Amino acid sequence: MITLDKKPNAEALDAVVIRFVGDSGDGMQLTGTQFSDTSAMFGNDVATFPNYPSEIRAPQGSLYGVSGFQVHIGSVEVSTPGDNVDLLVAMNPAGLKTNLYAVKPGHTIIVDTDSFTKKNLEKAQYETNPLEDGSLENYRVVQVQMTSLTKEALKDVEGLDNKSITRSKNMFALGMVYWLYNRSPEHTIEFFNKKFKSKPHLIEANTKVLNAGYFYAETIELIPNSYSISPARMAKGTYRIIMGNTATAWGFLAAAEKSGLELFLGSYPITPATDILHELVKHKHFGVKAFQAEDEIAGITSAIGASFAGDLAITTTSGPGLALKGEALGLAMMVELPLVVVNVQRGGPSTGLPTKTEQSDLLQALYGRNGESPVIVLAASTPANCFNYAYEAAKLALEHMTPVILLTDGYIANGSAPWKVKSIEEMPEIKNHLIKEAKGDWNPYDRDPETLARTWAIPGTPGFEHRVGGLEKDKVTGNVSYVPENHEVMVQTRAAKVKRVQNHIPSIVPEFSNEGDLLVIGWGGTYGALHSAVKELYEEGHRNIGFAHFNYINPLPKNTEDILRRFKKIIVCELNNGQFVNVLRMNFSNINFLQYNKVQGLPFANSELVEQFKSLI
Amino acid sequence: METPTLNNKKYTYKDFGNDQEVRWCPGCDDYVILRSVQKALPEMDVKKEDVVFISGIGCSSRFPYYMGTYGMHGIHGRAPAIASGVKLANPDLSVWVITGDGDSMAIGGNHFIHVLRRNIDLNIILFNNEIYGLTKGQFSPTSLVGQKTKSSPYGNTQPPFSPGELAIGAHARFFARISGNTPKEMTETFVEAQKFKGTSLVEVMQNCVIFNDGCYLKYTDKNVRSDKQVYVEHGKPMIFGKEGNKGLVLNGLKLEVVTIGENGITEDDILVHDAHEKDPTLHQMLVRLEYPLVTGIIRSYNDVTLEERENALTEEIKSKSSFRCTDDLFFSGETYEVK
Repeated sequence: MITLDKKPNAEALDAVVIRFVGDSGDGMQLTGTQFSDTSAMFGNDVATFPNYPSEIRAPQGSLYGVSGFQVHIGSVEVSTPGDNVDLLVAMNPAGLKTNLYAVKPGHTIIVDTDSFTKKNLEKAQYETNPLEDGSLENYRVVQVQMTSLTKEALKDVEGLDNKSITRSKNMFALGMVYWLYNRSPEHTIEFFNKKFKSKPHLIEANTKVLNAGYFYAETIELIPNSYSISPARMAKGTYRIIMGNTATAWGFLAAAEKSGLELFLGSYPITPATDILHELVKHKHFGVKAFQAEDEIAGITSAIGASFAGDLAITTTSGPGLALKGEALGLAMMVELPLVVVNVQRGGPSTGLPTKTEQSDLLQALYGRNGESPVIVLAASTPANCFNYAYEAAKLALEHMTPVILLTDGYIANGSAPWKVKSIEEMPEIKNHLIKEAKGDWNPYDRDPETLARTWAIPGTPGFEHRVGGLEKDKVTGNVSYVPENHEVMVQTRAAKVKRVQNHIPSIVPEFSNEGDLLVIGWGGTYGALHSAVKELYEEGHRNIGFAHFNYINPLPKNTEDILRRFKKIIVCELNNGQFVNVLRMNFSNINFLQYNKVQGLPFANSELVEQFKSLI
Repeated sequence: METPTLNNKKYTYKDFGNDQEVRWCPGCDDYVILRSVQKALPEMDVKKEDVVFISGIGCSSRFPYYMGTYGMHGIHGRAPAIASGVKLANPDLSVWVITGDGDSMAIGGNHFIHVLRRNIDLNIILFNNEIYGLTKGQFSPTSLVGQKTKSSPYGNTQPPFSPGELAIGAHARFFARISGNTPKEMTETFVEAQKFKGTSLVEVMQNCVIFNDGCYLKYTDKNVRSDKQVYVEHGKPMIFGKEGNKGLVLNGLKLEVVTIGENGITEDDILVHDAHEKDPTLHQMLVRLEYPLVTGIIRSYNDVTLEERENALTEEIKSKSSFRCTDDLFFSGETYEVK
């Protein structure tokens, strides 16, 4: 058991950015997750960004096989995983080569020197060894024989093969970083105890290596000092670290419980959405019906069937999957059944960049169907608020009897952050339109006069037998109708139903300045980057800059135009070629919109945004 | 269990219709199937409000609009997936899939094989007319090589599927083939399909009077039917023919037609149909046989359904889990307090 000594000479920092990189089999994701969880439990604010290749085990040592995990911890509010890093832990030459650009000059790089073999240097396309040729003289390089030290630490543990020994060297690195930032390894040891419950030799091995790394960092004098980051000032309450995809899944669990309906998920595996399926299949104890279908289309159509039969039905996918679901989504809209489609956006087009982030499915979400087929479109903006918007998507679908598309993206879906745990009591009521008894005659398209939602008569209810389908229906009887005027009325009614959702969603409230010279607009997963860039400028004294971030895309909040007119310049920032900006141009044709776009599969960097905004004020 | 009733009266076929005008072509076998289904439903152990018809796209898929039950006219090929969702959401319902040879064998082929593999308790009626009707006469995946259609004016070059062969290959537990002009057998088969727990597939050889008229005539014409078809029943010898003296025997790995009374063959030599056999080898041979064409319930093998597996697992996990509500989950494990 390690006791944390107070380090009198520990340097106090507001925030620090650490990046762990190695081969895709080196366990960098686990290492990063453990560090961020431990820091969050210590009370830091955290934001994380995993960045890994789409190959599961790319050839060892290759440049394209590098897997990384970046974590930003702070005693102050942290809204992004950070741009440049204070500490790089590189498990091999390829990791060093591909990530050196991000290390702040003068800052620390920890390397496993055992991996800097001739062969690995060649694979990383190094002509000379960077540890010896002086090319790293601007950095503080900590050279550690991590593989040898790991082997040494494990020499007395029985039942381990060579592979498991080598694979646990990531825990040596983690131990060192724990010491460096004054964190206790206790949380990670608890994690081993749970994960390897039936394999005590693995608990022993990983714990030994973790402690060995911790004590190594303490003992050697290679690391001149250590840093401490105090707990952040956050609102009182119970917290946990949550990944965006888990938060999404949990939002639906909460919505099902609150609405009193059973949750049905029809889904087909696709990166980066699959973790929602992985999460929901665990919750059979809540009666969740998670159905892994034969394809994307069966994913959504089985959900439509479940919705017809009275479940809270959802389907989860990413860009190409949404394309496949398009026709069925049109059916769901036509039959006016509640349904939530989650699209965890990734780099497109086509197969694109499956493991990278992008916001390029906005227009597909809005318009990617045949005919006039409006649906509600929402976008979550942080890992934690994926919970809220999943819940909200389910609530709007049920209360307005229409499909809802919830957009998240790879960045917030895989990122994690502290989430102030929500009790079911705190969540807003969810109504539905289920009908068991009718006063007088009943027709399938009887509508709520306020929302225009139709009634939801489900199989098993006597007296309400009716047929729905993709053919146009008579506005009263629900029978098939080819009457021209009726078709137009039905098209307008379905559009008005979605438009009226405006009466049930919050207004947009700009942050920082409420009026002035420059309004920065964003939507979805770019919230953290945009917020921190605007904040930086605002705190520098630029008091005429405002920030409006949209979570409701269709319909837009009612006061959108009012807010837009309060600023002299408006810039819309997106990780695509300019999709939301064109939606705004179409809706507000006499307002001038500037745009800032990036399509590299990467999130915005703080520095590029600050520079861009500065040029406009 | 007693047959369900409506206002204390036994249902009649009329209770399962509605006021909508049926819009199939005059003389179409679809009318026969519709009436057979409506006649079969009162014979089943189901309440009207628990019956759901789900269809895809095509002539046959208009079917739900002519029923008085719950129904959904879906999108092309996807009815098995929609129906799976309905049944998994509420396993108490009697869920029927209406599909055609284009809908199920072409655009919906994937859903067709997977629904059979999973064995969800659905009843599928496949209207096989070996042609695309609603798009006006193109060849389908069951059209014959050489068949001249709007999209094969010089003759079809694509060899067909046999639905039963494909279905059994995909682990169908229940497969029946019925001639479109035998409503009595059809009604009985639908009742058996409903009784069967698991996915049941009934292929109806349905004549399209407009685009493929007479395609089954060599098997279904009243004058030749008894000579060209053997209607099989579980536990009975597979005997056919106007004289009732033809039968099937197994000769090595082939089915062979023999005549009772010739070459010392007696009725005892004729193969007795075992629809309940797990091994589908003989069922597959019966499906493939061209003379005589085998109709009736060819395979009916009882197996665990997907819902049964799912429900058992859910109950087991519920009984072991300490999570009763989301608060239990959200506040469990690695939480921490900010004070």
